[in-house]
Amino acid sequence: MNRSNGGGSRIGQYIIPIIIIAVLFGLSFLTRTGTSMRPSYIVVLFVSILNYIVLAVSWNIFSGPSGYIALSTAAFFGLGIYVSALFGESLPLPVLMILAGAISFVIAAIIGVITLRLRGVYFTIFTFGLVLLLQYLILWYEVKFNNLRGRTVASVPYNTVFLSLLVLVGIVLLAAYFVRKSRFGMALSGIGECEDAAAHVGVNTTMVKVIAFAATSFAIGAAGAAKATTMIYIDPPIAFNVMMSFMPVLMVIFGGAGTFLGPIIGAIAFTILQEQLTTKWPKWYMIIFGTVMIISIVFLPKGLVGTIGEMKSMQKKIALLGITAGFMLIGFGFTQILEAAGVSIGGLVFPLLFGIAGFVIFANVFKRHKGKEAA
Amino acid sequence: MITVLNIIITGLIMGGIYALISMGLSLQYGVAKILNVSHGEFIMIAAMLTWVFVGLGIHPLLALVLCCPFTFCVGFLLHITIFRWLNINSGTAAAYESNAMLLCFGLYFIFSNIAMQIWGSNPVGFQFMEKSVNLGGAIIAVNKIIVLIIALAVSILFYLFLSHSRLGKSIRAASQDPVAAGMLGMNIKKIMAICFGIGAVLAGIAGTLISMYSQVNTGMGMGYTMIALIVVVLGGMGSIPGSMIGGMILGFVGSIFGYIEPSLSMVAYYLIILVLLLVKPKGLMGR
Repeated sequence: MNRSNGGGSRIGQYIIPIIIIAVLFGLSFLTRTGTSMRPSYIVVLFVSILNYIVLAVSWNIFSGPSGYIALSTAAFFGLGIYVSALFGESLPLPVLMILAGAISFVIAAIIGVITLRLRGVYFTIFTFGLVLLLQYLILWYEVKFNNLRGRTVASVPYNTVFLSLLVLVGIVLLAAYFVRKSRFGMALSGIGECEDAAAHVGVNTTMVKVIAFAATSFAIGAAGAAKATTMIYIDPPIAFNVMMSFMPVLMVIFGGAGTFLGPIIGAIAFTILQEQLTTKWPKWYMIIFGTVMIISIVFLPKGLVGTIGEMKSMQKKIALLGITAGFMLIGFGFTQILEAAGVSIGGLVFPLLFGIAGFVIFANVFKRHKGKEAA
Repeated sequence: MITVLNIIITGLIMGGIYALISMGLSLQYGVAKILNVSHGEFIMIAAMLTWVFVGLGIHPLLALVLCCPFTFCVGFLLHITIFRWLNINSGTAAAYESNAMLLCFGLYFIFSNIAMQIWGSNPVGFQFMEKSVNLGGAIIAVNKIIVLIIALAVSILFYLFLSHSRLGKSIRAASQDPVAAGMLGMNIKKIMAICFGIGAVLAGIAGTLISMYSQVNTGMGMGYTMIALIVVVLGGMGSIPGSMIGGMILGFVGSIFGYIEPSLSMVAYYLIILVLLLVKPKGLMGR
């Protein structure tokens, strides 16, 4: 619906894709910071970030505009992991990723044809059940016929994984950008706003939904195949971890569902939070995750990008961003005080949490103020 | 023959528990429009609390009575705080429904992890009427029979409450047409909060009953949530008799698979749902 976003002219609409390609090309030089045997930490971190960007952006392409909440991310991610575990010895990584994507595409299409005809929450329940179904089925098969529980995955140098994911991110981002402006993207958001009306004006709603769901599952499966090569050992509960279904949802809702930048911002913020909390405070990680999820759903229903986009006056936008930056600085200072007191916690945890808190509080304060003005 | 009898009795017990769990979920979804995916965590909390109470020297049946007001208060308070705020902040009914479901996932993470911090993740249990009786050849523990009787009694009482009491009638009215019910002077918000609380109580009773005959741990919630979701889809969203029938069907399927291949029972449940959705998309008793 946002035809005006990103410029109206023919040349203008290619500016953002060119920026995306330039940024990703620039990032590819990060492989120089470490050798293929000993990757630098920044490359290891970026593999996680890029992985989550693929998941969040793919989830947002289908579920953002259409409103059908898919919780099957972990299922297709896990399928990708198992493709790598089974064929990792014999096939190169790009082939593995395409194979994993193709398998995910076929399964997603079958599930979609069965469940996407139904309105409401059936689809969500089914896609979530799919994760557990595959987990139990593969565990049963492995124990019964192969007499093993987990498998080792042939490892691939981090730099190769990084570059493969970079290409995948590029494809997914370009797809997300162009789908928003296409007839197909219009059909998807039409389904989200009023499915009956969309069907009336001639949109084949079931087909649009199934194609979008299956195509985004392709990218998720491919990301799973790439990430698996850094995991060394996997078993069904690790591969089909339900958290992988929720992380992208949280990232998108936090950043702003249906926006282009939102999922990327959410993915970067939460990957850093996850990396630092799981190494320093693993027990608190899930509780913080749940709390931030509830707060962003209740008090930030439009997400970061959506909230800023909704504000009419430029001054308020700048004020809100300034306040958020101020809170992040306070969080940074707080970390320094804690470090001086001898408590060690990842350097970016408090800046991020404080920034989120500041943004949520003042976004609501500004909104309330506006409401009073109107009355 | 004895195996068949065993399967039937085990199926009845599992079915009774499943029916109890799913009726709570069905009520929460049918009236309050919240698909509570943290339902299993209420089961887990009640089960763990029962274990704590028994450790303090309280009889399990008294613990059952003690857990009811506790779970009701948790459910009621959750509804009048965060779900009310969410309802104000999300514009349309459809947006509220999907946001409420996601919010319940957040609750699931918080509840299960706080419980894990307090009680650890090892299975715990207590002794309660472990003697067994011989029912026509099938050897069944007394505690399981008591569990079955309580589960059936609570289900029937709950059904009578919905069909005959004044509050039950307003609950049914609110589920059929909230706007019209509100115009007739019912306090819809209060009824929805009470429904959410009652759903939590039913989950709590199921949790206490489960802890009476088997070991429990802090990670048990999600499995029961999944079963409740499957039963509710099977029986038809928001239909209480449908949940009872669906629970019994799933109990028997689970009991049969328990004898053939226990690790495949989840797969069997899922396949039943797939077939049902192709044949009768609204569930067995769906409107």
